[in-house]
Amino acid sequence: MSTEILVRVEGLERYYGEHAAVRGVSFDVKRGEVLGFLGPNGAGKSTTMQIIAGSLAPSAGQVIVNGADILDRPREAKRQTGYLPEQPPLYRELTVDEYLRYSARLHGITRKGIDSAMQRAKSRCGLNDAGRRLIGNLSKGYQQRVGIAQAIIHSPAVVILDEPTVGLDPIQVREIRSLIRELGGEHSVILSTHILPEVQTICDRVQIIHQGSLVLNEDLADLSTGMPGAELTVGFREPPAAGLLKDTFGLAHVESIGAGRFRLRPEPGTDPTDELVSRSVSEQWGLNELTPHRQSLEDVFVQLTCGEDPSAESPSSGVAEEAAT
Amino acid sequence: MILTIAARELRSLFLSPLAWSILAVLQAILAWRFLWLVEGFLQVQPQLVSIEGAPGLTEIVVSNLFVWAAVLMLLVMPLLTMRLVSEERRSRTLPLLLSAPVSMTEIILGKYLGIMSFLICVLGLVALMPLSLLLGGSLDFGLVASGMLGLLLVTASFAAAGLFLSTMTEQPTVAAIGTLGLLLLLWILKAETAGAEGKDAILTYLSISSHFEAMLRGVFDTQHIVYYVLFVATFLVMSIRRLDAERLQE
Repeated sequence: MSTEILVRVEGLERYYGEHAAVRGVSFDVKRGEVLGFLGPNGAGKSTTMQIIAGSLAPSAGQVIVNGADILDRPREAKRQTGYLPEQPPLYRELTVDEYLRYSARLHGITRKGIDSAMQRAKSRCGLNDAGRRLIGNLSKGYQQRVGIAQAIIHSPAVVILDEPTVGLDPIQVREIRSLIRELGGEHSVILSTHILPEVQTICDRVQIIHQGSLVLNEDLADLSTGMPGAELTVGFREPPAAGLLKDTFGLAHVESIGAGRFRLRPEPGTDPTDELVSRSVSEQWGLNELTPHRQSLEDVFVQLTCGEDPSAESPSSGVAEEAAT
Repeated sequence: MILTIAARELRSLFLSPLAWSILAVLQAILAWRFLWLVEGFLQVQPQLVSIEGAPGLTEIVVSNLFVWAAVLMLLVMPLLTMRLVSEERRSRTLPLLLSAPVSMTEIILGKYLGIMSFLICVLGLVALMPLSLLLGGSLDFGLVASGMLGLLLVTASFAAAGLFLSTMTEQPTVAAIGTLGLLLLLWILKAETAGAEGKDAILTYLSISSHFEAMLRGVFDTQHIVYYVLFVATFLVMSIRRLDAERLQE
């Protein structure tokens, strides 16, 4: 991933009548980056992506794709983007080849370059054997692949995929994910989803959008290590008093959850684990459980979009397939 | 780019049974009507010979046939144009065009060109019927050409109006009904009284059929050509505006 910025979004706003779908969204996408766009339904993900793809005009703000403003020089900007809307824009009466040829022509690929472009897009999306089939007769997974093939056929600098794995079976989801990962090598990818593990497996950076505003914009690597407020669950055979624990280790919060077990929340930036273990040995508390709760993406998501404290949720740190839908 | 869109439009038309059935029905009805007209002409021919300045083969058969063709076009046009944009909107394929590096003008012109190429095929088949009369008679080619041009312009106007109404809605059937209503209204707008003045004259000018009738009589006047060109241009511009408005404020 280079540091070159391919897409710059500044102060994007979009109103539908009185309703503000997107308000004041700004972010950058670097070359070769896979950016995950998270948010509950109706948060403004699709609207933002439509604007970047140029199929919707913003009420205010600016989108610059590889140096070309989407409003001032739409042709140039649109040539650099490939867009797969939530519902793939497929003509059911055409065959895959006819359809891809059409979208290649629409994106200004010359007659000479078309065959190789089609070949490349088809082999990347696993469509080599489907060229002569009617799109209307393809399964949902294949239709989705045709949609992606359409978005990458002109080798755009930026690929915009709106919920590309919705409605696919688990194997197809895996295939599409690895395809997206692969695309991230040479294209920038902007991907929207409300499936959290998807973001964790394929994205470099995650943005959470809620009620039209960006509430989080973080590299995934930072997110998994450095989130504040990680909690611990500890269990002792001979439990000390909760107050003693709190004072000894300088904790922000201690909660007894019965049978000698406690939930501890350290002060941000401190990690009492080592000291806890050594004290337990010297004081013979009989430590028999020590579980760190790393704040998962789901916790962050729920915290940011529902305005709830994640510790109020169930202590499981597993990630549900879908959240807040 | 326009040609790409037009070619796709034409291909989709011919891939659906709709275009073929319309061609078949249109051709069958017109052929029947044509035979009937020729038959009628043969019956009155002996009397016509004795009358000075009587209408000839072209006036009786060809002009009548073209009127019928125009009326049938009016009836089938809504079916042909209804899906132009509304179908794309309904099956969510419009974003493909909107996010591609093409302008709204190119999209609309492409679609219009696509449907017009189909209509020109239809008119070509219609034109073959009068030309077949050459086997056993002679035609007033000036009159045939003027009528043919009139028919082409009328058809082009119908298509432009249909395209516009198709950009207005997501339901093809609504677009079809709207188009039929608009076209019928414009067709019958003409005042019945001859030499109308004032508002009647305006209505007559606005009517599609009054200009067509003049051209069928062989009156080749730029006023009529201008009317149709303006008609088509107005509806195409409104269609472009409509699509643009959708992008700006959905």
